Amino acid sequence: MTAATQADTAQRNWQGRNSLDVERVRADFPILAREVNGKPLTFLDSAASAQKPRQVIDTVRGVYETEYANIHRGVYFLSERATANFEAARGKVQRFLNAADVSEIVFTRGGTESINLVASSWGGRFVKEGDEIVLSIMEHHSNIVPWQLLAERTGAVIKVAPIADDGSFLLDEYEKLLSPRTKIVAVTHASNALGTITPVKEIIRLAHAQGAKVLLDGCQGAVHAPVDVQDLDVDFYVITGHKLYGPSGTGALYGKKDLLDAMPPYQGGGEMILRVSFDKTEYNVVPHKFEAGTPNIAGSIGLGAAIDYVSELGIDRIAAHEAEILAYAYERIAEIDNITLYGTAPEKASILSFQVEGVHPHDVGTVLDQEGVAVRAGHHCAQPVMDRFGITGTTRASFGAYNTHADVDRLVAALAKVRELFG
Amino acid sequence: MSELRELYQEMILDHGREPRNFGRPEGANREAHGDNPLCGDQIDIYVRFEDGVVKDVGFEGRGCAISQASASMMTEILMGKTEGEFKALFDSFHDLVAGSDAAAGAVDEDALDKLMVLAGVRQFPMRVKCATLAWHTMNAALDEGGDHVTTE
Ligand SMILES: Cc1ncc(COP(=O)(O)O)c(C=O)c1O
Repeated sequence: MTAATQADTAQRNWQGRNSLDVERVRADFPILAREVNGKPLTFLDSAASAQKPRQVIDTVRGVYETEYANIHRGVYFLSERATANFEAARGKVQRFLNAADVSEIVFTRGGTESINLVASSWGGRFVKEGDEIVLSIMEHHSNIVPWQLLAERTGAVIKVAPIADDGSFLLDEYEKLLSPRTKIVAVTHASNALGTITPVKEIIRLAHAQGAKVLLDGCQGAVHAPVDVQDLDVDFYVITGHKLYGPSGTGALYGKKDLLDAMPPYQGGGEMILRVSFDKTEYNVVPHKFEAGTPNIAGSIGLGAAIDYVSELGIDRIAAHEAEILAYAYERIAEIDNITLYGTAPEKASILSFQVEGVHPHDVGTVLDQEGVAVRAGHHCAQPVMDRFGITGTTRASFGAYNTHADVDRLVAALAKVRELFG
Repeated sequence: MSELRELYQEMILDHGREPRNFGRPEGANREAHGDNPLCGDQIDIYVRFEDGVVKDVGFEGRGCAISQASASMMTEILMGKTEGEFKALFDSFHDLVAGSDAAAGAVDEDALDKLMVLAGVRQFPMRVKCATLAWHTMNAALDEGGDHVTTE
């Protein structure tokens, strides 16, 4: 599909609801005021990690300045405050995902740790030799390698669901991979490399029909679409804080209560126990069973603030705004000669992945950086999907709540410089 | 654009577009594979190494303009060089692109002159690995048996 016809498609799919006041949003992000290489910063790499609003920064600073202590331990005032704030943040994650119970939310270091927790703990107990694990070809490495490690340990087999040339998830092909041998399906809600939003409800329904569990990697998905884990009936849902305008090194795992209860601990240490002796150690209840050691206290409270922030803006409104920017980007990038787009599925997040013919993405990235335009260049930790398209990488511009039409204009002007330099 | 022009000099663009010594030379007896996990770039270096001298050298792989040009120029320069001469050049080249000035041993000044076109890389620290991948891989190829290197 050419960029021009894609622009039409994206335009049609945009619901036309854009009440986000983007200038006000931008004012919340101090970093957007800075310059890079003498140019205003044009930040187009939110899919790798989003910038942080003052509300999050102030919350984290406030924890350290006024209410910091270790949690679930001390009997004194500050520890009580820190514990209450930490647990309140858990409640925010619960409401954000509409989980039935707050104990279904486990704080983690991010998407990677959430997935490793499930692969290691749930997988270690329930996956056996000959069982099958279904992934998609467009998974991030962090939703591939933990399952490969599990398969190596147990003798389970990994099956890979394919995608169409436009990056759409192929439900028919996926369905053919499912059987009573399928133990778990682990797929992304939205692809970080292509932007594709997957048909999660159907994916889950088909998996459950075969008795398989489903983990959704929502690191990208939860940023662009409202998530209701009860409505989805998903077994595990993974989010990461740093793409949600929250601190890095934070994240959460949602797991259905009965599943979490049946799973062995992931790591051993303090906090995850009720009583330790050398004869027998009793584990704590969920979610604490999975939270060994002192967690990222201020960061997790900051994640709560990030959730408040995006909820106030409205995920729907953010998504509509991003869709408008993406549509404009499709339109504008069509003006540059010899651009190939990767990932043009009708249902997609605000990710523009492309190659400039004859110019390596790394070189594109360097030229763009000189113009103050920050993009990701490379394989985006999704090498199998790059192989699927016979390429080693792309240049990726991703748009967040704070990106504007002017950002797209600067991207396109910088791409014109790439053409100028490389011919 | 001046730092960019410095980085992407015509010579580099030319080598990047039309790499010299691309492919596996006849009679190659040493080889190594190099990876840059950061960007997924890969390179294979093949050497015909006889009587302590690089008799022929070629490479295959895909990468950015910097890594392709660096590999291409390296193969041109190394024809007829000994292992010791390669190592001295590698040291000097590394200093050149990394922007350090550690004193290296005696080097072939002509060869180093040719490599000066890559000096623009020093303004772009993120790209030093692109420029040195071929050299690290060559180093592994010459170490008996060949090996697998990464820039990380
Ligand atoms: C789709 C997807 N899954 C998982 C991850 C890993 O998450 P984290 O960086 O929080 O470990 C990322 C991004 O890095 C991602 O884009």
